[in-house]
Amino acid sequence: MFVPLVVVGGLLFGFGLGLSHMARPEVVLDFLQFRDFGLLFVLGVGSVVAGTAFAIGVRFLDRAPLTGRPYARRLKSFDRNVLTGGVIFGVGWGISGICPGAAYASLGVGNYPILLAIGGMFLGAYAQGLWRSRTGDDASAPTASD
Amino acid sequence: MEPLVTFTDLFPNGVWRYAVGGALIGLGTAVIYLGTAIPAGASTFLESTLSYVSTVPRFNRAKYVASRDWRVAFTLSIVAGAAIYALAFGDFGWTTRVSWWRLLGGGLLVGVGTRVGKGCTSGHGICGVGSVAPTSLVNVLTFLGVAILTAQLMQAAGVTP
Repeated sequence: MFVPLVVVGGLLFGFGLGLSHMARPEVVLDFLQFRDFGLLFVLGVGSVVAGTAFAIGVRFLDRAPLTGRPYARRLKSFDRNVLTGGVIFGVGWGISGICPGAAYASLGVGNYPILLAIGGMFLGAYAQGLWRSRTGDDASAPTASD
Repeated sequence: MEPLVTFTDLFPNGVWRYAVGGALIGLGTAVIYLGTAIPAGASTFLESTLSYVSTVPRFNRAKYVASRDWRVAFTLSIVAGAAIYALAFGDFGWTTRVSWWRLLGGGLLVGVGTRVGKGCTSGHGICGVGSVAPTSLVNVLTFLGVAILTAQLMQAAGVTP
């Protein structure tokens, strides 16, 4: 039941990314360049709906039926990396108009040039992982959330 | 007297597709969370998938190896969900006109940034903001501000599309 539920969630998630036009880099860039503020509704409504589920889980439910895990908020520790990463991510998002989830969805609408962006993301993640392994700067402890 | 800024100026394409799309993104996250207690983000897929082919210790931490199979299923479902939307709404086959170097270079920075910063638009943006998590709020405000600045500079430099 675990994977089928993940699939149902992923289908809804991908359908939503397609419908909201997050899968179109042009629409994201229009938002960042103040031509269309619609994306505020995507992030706003999306986090309110998800936030409702988080609140219900944490307040009223005990353990998840499919994993036995306790419900918890998604909390990550704060350090300088959160800011550094946010800046690098922001430059990349501002240049290309793509982010991970939206890039996968973009492939689904048949936008094959997005493979360049997906390839770039894997290269970036690989370079970062290699660098962290080399420098031993891998202080962040495994988190319970994911 | 004309208002300074009209609704149409701010939302030339209306808001329904953004609001309903956002609700479905949130619903997908909610379904997975309520069933499994996992706040599913989209960027961890990068590291967990690299663990199949790389021996770099960073990618072979227990949490990535343990979650890599369902993350592949999650990502393929995102692709399929978007394909279902595109086919149902006659939108299939749309391709971007954004230049190749922007896609590749931007993707590269997004790949580095999301791993250094511990999350992306769905992990920090949807799950973290939904959790009212201070770390996520700081990360989102940072990348949103920097992205706006970057995109505005690109526009000012005349880079289109």
